[in-house]
Amino acid sequence: MKITYDNANRLLKIEITEEIDHFMAEKIRNKVDFEIQEYIPRKILMDFEKVSFMDSAGIGMILGRYKTAKMLGSSFCITNVKPSIKKILEMSGILKIIPIVEK
Amino acid sequence: MQINYDNAMTIEFLSNPNNEAFARIAVASFIANLDPTVEEMSDVKTAVSEAVTNSIIHGYENEKGIVKIKVGIINKTVEIEVIDRGKGIEDIEKAKEPLYTTKPELERSGMGFTIMESFMDEMHVESIIGKGTTVFMKKIIKD
Ligand SMILES: Nc1ncnc2c1ncn2[C@@H]1O[C@H](COP(=O)(O)OP(=O)(O)O)[C@@H](O)[C@H]1O
Ligand SMILES: [Mg+2]
Repeated sequence: MKITYDNANRLLKIEITEEIDHFMAEKIRNKVDFEIQEYIPRKILMDFEKVSFMDSAGIGMILGRYKTAKMLGSSFCITNVKPSIKKILEMSGILKIIPIVEK
Repeated sequence: MQINYDNAMTIEFLSNPNNEAFARIAVASFIANLDPTVEEMSDVKTAVSEAVTNSIIHGYENEKGIVKIKVGIINKTVEIEVIDRGKGIEDIEKAKEPLYTTKPELERSGMGFTIMESFMDEMHVESIIGKGTTVFMKKIIKD
């Protein structure tokens, strides 16, 4: 996982590089929540370009970070979602509340 | 292991969350010579990951236990069983409903069974309270 913070735009960019299953989702959750609380960014962008695998643990992980963001008044978007991941997100219905942005 | 398959294998491992990746990769490499598409491979890996995770976090609730996976191949049909001797499921129909989860505090989404059902060609569950759960799945690899 690579996390960068753009101070001028108060943008926290989270590039996930791991396979997202229950085991990894827990580690990602802890790290990302820590960073969000550290910076209190205005915008959070989670990038899935380097994610080669995701199961339903990803749904809970994304939704949970969206909730953390919302609680702190930050916006939350996801990007670079490949078809295999999109299929799972669509099934869960979370794309109705969490926007995918194209870069 | 049944001898009347074209090919078959069984693996057993401890219910360590670390093994979720091992399990799906082991099954994926076993079926690789059927020449599945990227999508078919990803469907099987995801379904195995769901079933194994369920055994670890729901079946054994993070206590130590053994998860067993049996894979059998006939022609281009892959049959997979994921077996645990954990606590079992009280109401299987309810458990299979989308968004139903007994562990929302772990950020579970309740989509595991829905994903297994839609990514595989067949899926059914047998479970006995206090004895354990077996998930049967079938995937036909297209020519
Ligand atoms: N192997 C199992 N042993 C015991 N309970 C299980 C097992 N698999 C699934 N369950 C039950 O079925 C519910 C739904 O499972 P699932 O659709 O995978 O959602 P999730 O894992 O997100 O809770 C679980 O919350 C759990 O109560
Ligand atoms: Mg599950």
